[in-house]
Amino acid sequence: MFAGGVHPPDKKELSSSKQVTPLKAPARAVVLLRQHIGAPAKASVSIGDEVKIGTVIGTPEGFVSAPVHSPVSGKVIAVGEFDTAMGRPGEAVVIENDGKEEWIELSETASFMELTPEQIKEKIKAAGIVGMGGATFPTAVKLSPPKEKTVDVVIINGAECEPYLTADHRLMVEKPDEIVSGLRLIMRALGVKKGFVGIEENKPDAIEKMKEAARPFPEVEVISMEVKYPQGAEKMLIKAVTGREVPPRALPMDVGAVVQNVGTTYAVYEAVRYGKPLVERVVTVTGEGIREPKNLMVRVGTLVTDLVNACGGFSVEAAKVISGGPMMGFALGHLNVPVTKGTSGILVLPEEGLFHADDFKPCIRCSRCVDVCPMGLNPGYLSVLAEKGHFEDAKSNNLFDCFECGSCAFVCPSKRPIVQLVRLAKSMVKP
Amino acid sequence: MAAATDKGSRERLLVVSVSPHIRSDVSVAKIMWTVNISLLPALVMGFYFFGPKAIGVVALCIVSSVFFEKIVGKAMGKPGTIADGSAFLTGLLLGMNLPASLWSVHPFLLHVPILGSLFAIVITKLLFGGLGYNIFNPALMGRAFLLVSWPRAMTTWLAPTAALVGLDAKTTATPLGVLKEEGMGKLMEVFGTKGSLYMHLLIGERAGSIGEVSALALLIGGLYLLYKKYITWHVPITFLATVGILTWIFGGKNAAGQLALFAGDPVLHILSGGLILGAFFMATDYVTGPQIRAAQVLFGIGCGLLTTIIRLIGGFPEGVMFSILLMNCFAPLMDRMVKSKPFGFKEARA
Repeated sequence: MFAGGVHPPDKKELSSSKQVTPLKAPARAVVLLRQHIGAPAKASVSIGDEVKIGTVIGTPEGFVSAPVHSPVSGKVIAVGEFDTAMGRPGEAVVIENDGKEEWIELSETASFMELTPEQIKEKIKAAGIVGMGGATFPTAVKLSPPKEKTVDVVIINGAECEPYLTADHRLMVEKPDEIVSGLRLIMRALGVKKGFVGIEENKPDAIEKMKEAARPFPEVEVISMEVKYPQGAEKMLIKAVTGREVPPRALPMDVGAVVQNVGTTYAVYEAVRYGKPLVERVVTVTGEGIREPKNLMVRVGTLVTDLVNACGGFSVEAAKVISGGPMMGFALGHLNVPVTKGTSGILVLPEEGLFHADDFKPCIRCSRCVDVCPMGLNPGYLSVLAEKGHFEDAKSNNLFDCFECGSCAFVCPSKRPIVQLVRLAKSMVKP
Repeated sequence: MAAATDKGSRERLLVVSVSPHIRSDVSVAKIMWTVNISLLPALVMGFYFFGPKAIGVVALCIVSSVFFEKIVGKAMGKPGTIADGSAFLTGLLLGMNLPASLWSVHPFLLHVPILGSLFAIVITKLLFGGLGYNIFNPALMGRAFLLVSWPRAMTTWLAPTAALVGLDAKTTATPLGVLKEEGMGKLMEVFGTKGSLYMHLLIGERAGSIGEVSALALLIGGLYLLYKKYITWHVPITFLATVGILTWIFGGKNAAGQLALFAGDPVLHILSGGLILGAFFMATDYVTGPQIRAAQVLFGIGCGLLTTIIRLIGGFPEGVMFSILLMNCFAPLMDRMVKSKPFGFKEARA
């Protein structure tokens, strides 16, 4: 168990019992070419081109990158800048759906468990799979550690510690065998003998299903974890599951661990077994401001506004719409932004009970942020240094160890925008 | 794509801000008012033993503290800080740290609590930047200022008569005063047995500052704050334990009046003076103490050490106030000394 952390109300009950239902493919799909960390893909189609579901429309540029595939069949009608959930515009390919739902030719590998590590990685790479928990790091890269690093454990991140979100929860309940197969494929790709699935104990049905699915495989162990945010952060999860601590600035593979998200693991299974590229994902549409919270299987490139409409629209006037969870998600300026491979949820918050960040007080040094910081930092002090412009001082107080989980701001009695100030400081100095 | 936003333009704009988008319900005001409430039992006991004079002194401190916060804060462009309860708390704590004898017009002493509040709120807090920026505990600075300015009035203690209408209030010495000037023998003469002495200290039937007399009532308030997690054990427990251990070792004297090791009375020292009030409610002040838990342990030990030195060797019978104020100076240094270690930190980093 990691030190620190917080217990925000989890609000999972809004959508945790809702079965994943497919959302109709959009009439127009807006597919961003940067859906992953690293270099954006390069558009490989132009206006007028006919595409099918799974046609490559963006090719990876460089090692840390991933291809992008068409989520619909139809015709390319635009290639250009489009608003994104992150705020700044990004290049996108817009495809008009012809409604035929035609796939590219897929070939199933019956004996997919016998594939070599290289073949598995090749299929994952070709499918454009990235970390679907939100960080969107290309999975094939994560599965190709440098020779000098010895990886001996794979952990599937079933924590889903962000309040409200239930996408991973539902996948574990509904596709446990597929996820266990995905985990075994990842273990095979890495030559690892031990795999864990870490699930927080507020998802007893997922724990039960996953344990059942893992029973035939002694190398796969399902672990029930205490509920605590941010347990789903890689470093915290590794500590909770294996007791190992990833040093500052180091990577999980430095302590022999690779962590994969539940959705990613499912996508790996689909890609390796069926050759299916990553063109859809589970998105939880939830919050007190949405009429009918749901877990939807959504094509990448669907606009958020379509998701909201599919859930009965706003129940009251929405004050805030968030892509992701309430602790680390991005507040949207408008709903005409597309779902990407990293969109885990759309959260709609009404005005009632909404926290407004415009008024904050000085730090009273109460130590609450110090107690909850999972990274052992002094967030309040960092926020004061950033507020006063002492960015270099902030850096020497381990500014760059902060991964912006927001636990500090959550507990701050002065309601200080600590994460915002930390980001400001990070942007003002070199790491 | 613009067509899709037609509907949006009629609606109110969405709020966009940096994560996290949810916050806990704790606030500065909630904390401060809770601390105010946790002081109530001790306050009631003080009022009970010292009567209307005590009520007058405390009320004067609270009213003047809030008044100064309001007008000086406004003049400094920091309005609207009254509701957070911190000025009220400073006034309350200052009042609880004063003798009830200050409620007197012959000689005229009513200006003393007011000037104490002025020093606490304006000089100690607002001039240093207001809540969050002051170096020293405001209430204790107010009291220290009064102690050096009106040393006699500040050490004139009413006897705990528990008479609602005090006619000619008698004055007397505090237990620590008796211990310092006349020794343990005299204290036994006054209270009879050790058991009776401890009982008087627990209930509060003894001379002293208005809010410090009832150890039991203060402990109830302190435990409540611990239970609410508004304070942690790190400062109060180390503070009390250090005083207890050191006074036990060095606090005893033999018949000839010379130091006798391991013959002190730790219970007497812990229950008397302003130690419990100081340990739970003043040394735990967020703003003027360290932030890192390990530094808080050092801070508590330092407070206990200084208190013991002043009580046993210094010129004053009581040293809680000075020890906390002195340690306030070191709080930022202590935080730096034990700088918290980042997750996964192993050896020294460049």
